[in-house]
Amino acid sequence: MNKIGEIVESTSTEFTAECYELHELPALGSLVKVTAVEMEIFGIVCQSGTAGIEPGRHPVARGKDEASEEAVYQSSPQLIKLLRSEFQVLVVGHIINGKTYQYLPSKPAHIHAFVQACSPEDIKQFSQSFDFLNIMLNNRLQIPTEELVAAGLREMSKAHADPHAFLIAAGKSLTVIFSGDYHRLKTILARLKQ
Amino acid sequence: METQPNQNLGIVVTGSVEKGTEVRLDSSASVEDMVVGRYVTIEGKKRRFFGMVTDISLGVTDEQITISPPDTSDTFTAEILEGTATYGTLHVLPMLTIGGEVTTINEGPQPVKTVPSHFSRVKLASEADMETVFGKEDNSRFFIGNPLDMETKLCLNLEELVKRSNGIFGKSGTGKTFLTRLLLIGMLQKSKATNLIFDMHNEYGWAGSFEGGKGGVKALKQLFPSRVAVFTLDEENSRHRGVSTDFVVRIGYDEIEPEDIGLLRQTLNLTDQAVEAVYQLKRHFGKGWMQQTLDISDAADVETLLQSMNIHESSFANLKRGLATIRRLPFLVAHAQTNAVDSILGYLDRGINVVLEFGRHRDITTYMLVANMLARRIYQRYQEKTEVAMAGKVTPPTPLVITIEEAHKFLNHDIANQTIFGEIAREMRKYNVTLLVIDQRPSAIDEEIMSQLGTKITCLLDNERDIDSVLAGVSGKNDLKTVLARLAPKQQALIFGHAVPMPVAFRPRDWGTAKSYEEFTHENSSEKKAEKDIKELFE
Repeated sequence: MNKIGEIVESTSTEFTAECYELHELPALGSLVKVTAVEMEIFGIVCQSGTAGIEPGRHPVARGKDEASEEAVYQSSPQLIKLLRSEFQVLVVGHIINGKTYQYLPSKPAHIHAFVQACSPEDIKQFSQSFDFLNIMLNNRLQIPTEELVAAGLREMSKAHADPHAFLIAAGKSLTVIFSGDYHRLKTILARLKQ
Repeated sequence: METQPNQNLGIVVTGSVEKGTEVRLDSSASVEDMVVGRYVTIEGKKRRFFGMVTDISLGVTDEQITISPPDTSDTFTAEILEGTATYGTLHVLPMLTIGGEVTTINEGPQPVKTVPSHFSRVKLASEADMETVFGKEDNSRFFIGNPLDMETKLCLNLEELVKRSNGIFGKSGTGKTFLTRLLLIGMLQKSKATNLIFDMHNEYGWAGSFEGGKGGVKALKQLFPSRVAVFTLDEENSRHRGVSTDFVVRIGYDEIEPEDIGLLRQTLNLTDQAVEAVYQLKRHFGKGWMQQTLDISDAADVETLLQSMNIHESSFANLKRGLATIRRLPFLVAHAQTNAVDSILGYLDRGINVVLEFGRHRDITTYMLVANMLARRIYQRYQEKTEVAMAGKVTPPTPLVITIEEAHKFLNHDIANQTIFGEIAREMRKYNVTLLVIDQRPSAIDEEIMSQLGTKITCLLDNERDIDSVLAGVSGKNDLKTVLARLAPKQQALIFGHAVPMPVAFRPRDWGTAKSYEEFTHENSSEKKAEKDIKELFE
């Protein structure tokens, strides 16, 4: 199992996972999955970052006399334990008995459930339809949704044999969604171009 | 990508019976492959509709796209927007329905009384669809051309066609003559009617001309020598052109009647009083009135004559000048030895088509005088024969189609009531005589006559009034206007009316190549061939 993290906070719409290794974060917009009871929950990485484990203790700069970033970590090996990398995932769908549903699952993922990176086959299966775009566009996220949608589609296109055709098809779906908002559509399309 | 028959073009999104339906094009179908005048079928839930594309337009979902369109170098965005935010729409005028209720299924296509439901699929009409609507080439149907951009044969039911008067219109040089020749061949082969053609420009009987081509093209007599007789008014001219003529027409003064003069009032510049005087002179002198009027030279005789009939001197002078113009026509003789009318009727009775060539006498005065005179007498004979037939006993005469050119001169508003052609157009159908009217200014033809024409075939017209007059009274007129105004300047025509179930824009079949002649004459012998085949089968 290609696990990349573990859930530390979970709601119906999104969950937060902590990486097992510092800085080993999944790409923004990449599709990840969590195995839950009788289903697999799929989400898109919508935010990620690294911070100190204690909210009150802000990391301080340590590299004034060091030659490189690696040297900082080598001279202060405790840093690896005092910092942690976390990422947030927006839930966009689930699979039950091999059937894909691009809407929210009935129950959220469990805390401590493992988050896995999706294989190209998973991505292909999930991205057969573009209904998940609606969930992404209708959520209030910290990150601009245009950025996230474009990043997500770019990531997915890598799994397809013909990425260009995939992006064109996705673009057509977006055109329908943004039929009244040409400027927003243009912003996303500009970010989709390879 | 070329659009193929049966390919989905799009779906119906809105529509009304009166205005037709709007079809949104699929992104797979290119708007540039669509052509105004093409046929499509619409698969409704309960029946299929057969319609014509009458307009093509571009649409956008968001007006902003038109204000700040994507960069032309940005093919990615353009590809995405194509068919989604920017799309093509077709305006389709449904014209016939096929299928539907069980009771109508055997009756073939029916006129449209409703519109297809939302999101019905629209396809290009296939060959089979066209056959369902227009029928196959058979004993009464003649292949006249191909619908625009289609390989399908467009067949015209000529037996139906000749039951009404018909018109061929188009600007000069758009192919009216070709079309007429084609139609005449068709009638000759597939209908039971015979033709009488007043051939003003010597184009139908023998080798006609064609624009831009070397030499001439063959005409009726060359293709069907046994079924066509060429009459000529100008023997010398015919001989020069190497035409084998069957009869030289001579007209006696005594055959000219006051009505004939009345008709030429405009062309001869006669006053009303002068025309009135003709009737009085006819009453006074009888049959030889024209000769005698022209012969009076003694001033005293003239005065007594005029006084006795109360004719003003200037009117008489006016009339005499007019009659002198007619007398100069070389084919007019004091007394004709042979009767042209009898001779024409003789041929027509035997089912032989008659082409009357005018030779060098191409002025409109001659044409009107001769056409009107002959047609009137022929009409009278037909009327008599039909009336006898109505009483039982004998079979009615074979239907006759009279072809006239420059028809607006005969059928304009001022004289349509006086010429025989006006009457034929209005009511001669009952007496088995119909007209084939060829003209380039249909707006000059009397409205009443235009409305009586059963089938109209029109090549390109670009005068607004002409277009209006040709399309008067046709349903979906505005849509057809678009089609008509966009016909190619040559070899494209629009046909609508009685003989076709719906209007069609078409490209007339080839004429002028050896192959085309062979096809025409081969068709003629198909019956013989069938007989031969049957014979061989039993040998």
